Amino acid sequence: MTPTASAGRHRQASAVLATRLSANWEDSGRPASLQEHLARFPYGPPPRIADGGRLIEAVTQAGLTGRGGAGFPTGVKMRAVADRRGPAVVVLNGLESEPASAKDKMLLGRAPHLALDGAVLAAVAVGADEVDVCLPRNAGWLLATMHNAVTERARAGIDPVVVRLHDLPHGYVSSSETAVVNWLNGGPAKPVATPPRPFEKGVARRPTLLANAETLAHVALIGRFGSAWFRRLGTQDAPGSMLTTITGGVAATGVYEIEVGTPVGAALGLAEPHEHVRHVLIGGYFGTWHDLDSVGTVPLAGPALRKLGASPGAGVLVALPPGACGLIETARVLWWLAGQGAEQCGPCLFGLPAIADDFAQLAAGRPHGSPLDRLDRRLGTVSGRGACAHPDGAVRLARSALSAFAADAKAHASARRCLYAYRGSSQRAHVLPIPVPQGTDRWR
Amino acid sequence: MNRSLGINPIACTGHGICAELLPELIRLDEWGYPILPADPVPDQLQPLAKRAVRLCPTLALRLERSSR
Repeated sequence: MTPTASAGRHRQASAVLATRLSANWEDSGRPASLQEHLARFPYGPPPRIADGGRLIEAVTQAGLTGRGGAGFPTGVKMRAVADRRGPAVVVLNGLESEPASAKDKMLLGRAPHLALDGAVLAAVAVGADEVDVCLPRNAGWLLATMHNAVTERARAGIDPVVVRLHDLPHGYVSSSETAVVNWLNGGPAKPVATPPRPFEKGVARRPTLLANAETLAHVALIGRFGSAWFRRLGTQDAPGSMLTTITGGVAATGVYEIEVGTPVGAALGLAEPHEHVRHVLIGGYFGTWHDLDSVGTVPLAGPALRKLGASPGAGVLVALPPGACGLIETARVLWWLAGQGAEQCGPCLFGLPAIADDFAQLAAGRPHGSPLDRLDRRLGTVSGRGACAHPDGAVRLARSALSAFAADAKAHASARRCLYAYRGSSQRAHVLPIPVPQGTDRWR
Repeated sequence: MNRSLGINPIACTGHGICAELLPELIRLDEWGYPILPADPVPDQLQPLAKRAVRLCPTLALRLERSSR
């Protein structure tokens, strides 16, 4: 990525690349040290927050939303924590358990101090005296990077709050807010029933603000440059820039910073997709499959995608390459998701394996009975009945595959075998990554 | 006051007693877990709903202030 003169943007063939979070990322090919970070144009040193309410106001005015999954307004979240009694806690959630996303790891690996700036600023703003940085246990390099960064800051004495590092289990549901809080409180990294929500009673029963690395990095920049600057990119109802991870049938897999609201097709264009790509997965493994013909011109932004029942999620785009089968890909992910639940709620514990099995029969073109009818019924019963959104996300993915690959699903359901499923394993193009199973210490 | 049935899905282990006691409102899915109506409990069924809540072996079922 080419650095630009003003935290602005420059034209590429197909879309606009932003260079806010990613400014000068590739200068050294390693994490920026504290000294480099403070000298880095255009960041400069973080502002001193005299009035926490003003930062919350600025984040609210900026219209920043969480860059993880739910897309909740960050300013509202900060305000809710600040309004509670007693000292609060801020959690930098760096777990990024979405297998198709790499953007938070990329950000922390290039600009660790930007996310830490944001966490510390947010802590001062909401009245917290502690920042807990939560990282996946299986990413040793990331733990080392953040350990160095936190040590540098402690030596320099620039932070008015305590910053602690934690390595957590990295299962899919362990990155959800209540799971992280539960782990920090000494329990398993499993979601718990709400209420109380973390902003009411979180870490050590204190009001707790959780945000992921990218969201806090945006807070750091809003603290420096203000809400009007933030709104110079993006759209009125979805302002700012966002990090997106583009993989699958593309020549240039990678993390790209784009303006929020960049059309899906143009964003994909940055990664040079294969010319015969027809379908794209948006959001991640809780996301949705779409036909590029219908979604190509739709802005990659919450409000526009919501009308299609979709969401930018963690900013994931996966192009389904020609030669891959969307039903097989979905079946593989559903099987994995079925095993990633917290084993707490019956509808998820029994429903997801049943759905994954129906899907596997469908994908393989070896139906027992009528898997489409069973799926129709089961997808309708499981959604919304867990303590967390795990079953809802899996159901959303399954439904979208049945709709985007409707013709294939019909053919497979009548036992017409999928040609791709029976190609030699050496030629089979599996696209969506399935993480290796965790060891014995799965939840703690 | 409008009240509707709610459940702590983590606590529920699918005994199914609620569906036995209150078949007017609660049915079980194919794995034996209750499917609750989103609508408030009608007045005439309130006593039966209270009894189902009281007799839930895992205290998962509850009556809560209705959101609609």
